[in-house]
Amino acid sequence: MNVMTASSSIAAPIARPFIAFEQASVTFGRGEKAVQALQPTDLTISEGDFVALVGPSGCGKSTILKMVSELLKPSSGYVFIGGREIGANPIRIGMAYQNPTLLPWLNIRDNVMLPLKIVPPFRGEFSAKRKGEFRDRVEALLAQVGLSGFGDKYPWQLSGGMMQRANLCRALIHDPELLLLDEPFGALDQFTREELWAIMQDLWLSKKLTVLLVTHDLREAAYLANRICVMSMRPGRILDDSPVDMPRPRTIDMTFQPDFVALNQRLRAMIVGARGGTGIVNHPPGQG
Amino acid sequence: MQRILDIAREKAASTALIIGVFVFWELFCLAANISDILLPRPTQIIAALIKYWPAIWPHTYQTLYTTLVGFAFGVAIGVAIGVLIGSSRLAYDTAYPLLVGFSSIPKVAVVPIFVLWYGAGTVPAILTAMIICIFPIVVNVATGIATVEPELEDVMKTLKASKLDILWNVSLPRAMPYFFASLKVAIALAFVGSVVAETVASNRGIGNMMMIASSSFNVPLVFAGLFVLAGLGVLLYAIFSLIEHRITGWAHRKTDLAAG
Repeated sequence: MNVMTASSSIAAPIARPFIAFEQASVTFGRGEKAVQALQPTDLTISEGDFVALVGPSGCGKSTILKMVSELLKPSSGYVFIGGREIGANPIRIGMAYQNPTLLPWLNIRDNVMLPLKIVPPFRGEFSAKRKGEFRDRVEALLAQVGLSGFGDKYPWQLSGGMMQRANLCRALIHDPELLLLDEPFGALDQFTREELWAIMQDLWLSKKLTVLLVTHDLREAAYLANRICVMSMRPGRILDDSPVDMPRPRTIDMTFQPDFVALNQRLRAMIVGARGGTGIVNHPPGQG
Repeated sequence: MQRILDIAREKAASTALIIGVFVFWELFCLAANISDILLPRPTQIIAALIKYWPAIWPHTYQTLYTTLVGFAFGVAIGVAIGVLIGSSRLAYDTAYPLLVGFSSIPKVAVVPIFVLWYGAGTVPAILTAMIICIFPIVVNVATGIATVEPELEDVMKTLKASKLDILWNVSLPRAMPYFFASLKVAIALAFVGSVVAETVASNRGIGNMMMIASSSFNVPLVFAGLFVLAGLGVLLYAIFSLIEHRITGWAHRKTDLAAG
């Protein structure tokens, strides 16, 4: 086991991690029906890092995301963001799911603009700047993901890949300090997915934000992330935490090179082990 | 021009059906020699409509007025209750049995109560129109609001959006198609409510006019009243369809919206 322990919270402010889980666990339900989703977990993420969480389905990856975004409180232990307990120090968070959930009654520009309408300090200036500064801001971001000229289109006029690009823009328009991605490219075909990896990497390199990515795709994790955390079956815990030592910007070709493939195989073996299988489908159904 | 022709072609079948029904009715009455005291012919009804129009018009105005006022109150109350029980699981579970019970009461049965409270006339008609159209609006608005995708709600909560932000930006627009669908049902029901109340207890309105006409065996005038009601119903339905299409065109995904 290679769990990264959180450096204690008394550490000097400079060394303080951006996100820190200290023995945080999550249990759903009570009494006999209680299900532990996440074992007490330590995890630290420093500012500007790109961390991927991989593991079998239902292992508590999304639970970790939900705790960071305050949608879920830890049943025990603590989650710190920016050195303070979660909620005490609200930071700007962007979030993108596999389901793009763009609002069908708004065009792409207004969809992307939605967070500016809600998140301070943009909120107060929204009506004054929506036609000027904010509009330019949206157009610039759309151009960055290859959607320039699509601002007036409606979501249903876009392909799945384009909708997911718009979804990324919506998650980024309010300059979040932290970006949470829950299998954002899961429903896309291979080539679209690889295109979006490149876009995601460019966005991360240009914006220098902290990203926490939940994914099933090991190539995706290895291409995008600085660190990959492998999780066990439910109740989840972090089995392994490995850095990805590949130069940036990474290319799709690099994902086929020997050391990259070796990393993938090692991670894969770990997840297969965590699922309790041999990799051949002969395990009892219902778990997965 | 091409567009008008397209619409005409689209509507041709339904127009033909309507005309066909009336022609059949006319011919059937003539062939079977049915007395106009039992079933007047469409031409007799239209003749009665023209002949009595100065007398019919004030009644039409009264019915339209009570229906629309009752409908407006019904919409306001229906939307308020719908938003409330749609946005809270607790309110939904608490209020739903009562609402179902309330809506199961035949609305005709409450007219005497309203008459008891307010006397015969305009107010019972307005109230009957109102309570009869609340329920479909409540159910539809609540459904629209309660079925917001959980992922979208998470996205909004992550942005620290307040309940009001979510309601205003996501839930309410999302409930609009449901709301307009219910309006078309509710306006028809509102007519039923006001006419029933007028029939039971009023000295004005189409319902009252039809009662008086039937007691004096002026059957063509009774049917003329029905025609007026049908005409008003279709007119209001069409108006709401038009507004619906303007506001919630996104839900119908017509390609012509993309241009506009």
